[in-house]
Amino acid sequence: MASTTRKSPYWRGVRDGMPYLIVIGPFALLFGVVATEAGFSVAQTMGFTVLVIAGAAQFTAVQLLSENAPVWVVLTASLGVNLRMAMYSASLTPHLGAAPLWQRALVAYLNVDQSFATASLTYEREPQMAVSDKVAYFLGVMSHMAPVWYLFTWIGAVAGAAIPPEFALDFALPITFLALVAPAVRTLAHLAAAVVAVLAALLAAGLPPGTGILLAGLLGMVTGAETERRMERRR
Amino acid sequence: MTVGSGTIWLVIGLLGIGTFLLRFSFLGLVGDRRLPAWVLRHLRYTPVAFLPAIAAPLVLWPAATDGMPDPARLAAAGVTLAVGFLSKNVLLAIVAGLFALYGGLAVLPG
Repeated sequence: MASTTRKSPYWRGVRDGMPYLIVIGPFALLFGVVATEAGFSVAQTMGFTVLVIAGAAQFTAVQLLSENAPVWVVLTASLGVNLRMAMYSASLTPHLGAAPLWQRALVAYLNVDQSFATASLTYEREPQMAVSDKVAYFLGVMSHMAPVWYLFTWIGAVAGAAIPPEFALDFALPITFLALVAPAVRTLAHLAAAVVAVLAALLAAGLPPGTGILLAGLLGMVTGAETERRMERRR
Repeated sequence: MTVGSGTIWLVIGLLGIGTFLLRFSFLGLVGDRRLPAWVLRHLRYTPVAFLPAIAAPLVLWPAATDGMPDPARLAAAGVTLAVGFLSKNVLLAIVAGLFALYGGLAVLPG
């Protein structure tokens, strides 16, 4: 593309975030549908989407609440799903740590898989970017994704009640999770983590709601980390 | 679901605060200190461990069929995994999985 003017960091972010909209829209729609199908009100559904703004954790919380799991189990399992956000936060710190506190708080709220991946790759490629430009870029990436996330959740929540059971919407959740996980399985360690977590989750299915998932997830994490350590040592 | 509205809002509020604190943690408080390597190594496997652990029982024992394994849903899960793994494309995997699900529900015995 021949461009004579230097694009502002904000607008570059807007452009670089565009491709994710095709994933965010349907995913948000699914959440709105799944949550209302499970018996949550539109207001509660929007509460999740605006206050939590993390698809996988929202699906987890909705699933466990609809199974009448205790609050501490719902919170532990959902926050467990979000633990990776702490890693994203750690990874952004060298780039954005010098920004004003309110800007870091805003970036933290908007730090999702897609924005983190897009921004951190750009920062790595262009380390000379000023801190204020890096913040503007990050906000640009999320400037359409966040509103689309809210809007499509609402559409799903409102239209979901009109969708008949033949559409098997119960299966939207496992399909979305498997679709998120499969591309992330890139090494033997990833595969080992996933396989052990699945087996443990199935074996622990008789435990109180959510507890089995928690144990299985932690066991999978330890398996992945241990596999990675041994493979590195063998090299 | 028998959980009350107040409990649901409590979960929404606490989950919102907790998620924000996870995202804010290092960015807001730690500054430029680095995490120990073993912690990072474990955190790397959080999504690939938790997401399939949540999905697996739903795939094998769907509530919609009263916990009976369902050929269409099993096929849809397999197609989603295969397309996602081969294409590395989340959206494509979702679309393929939905096609397999509806195709399976129309063709396979329930």
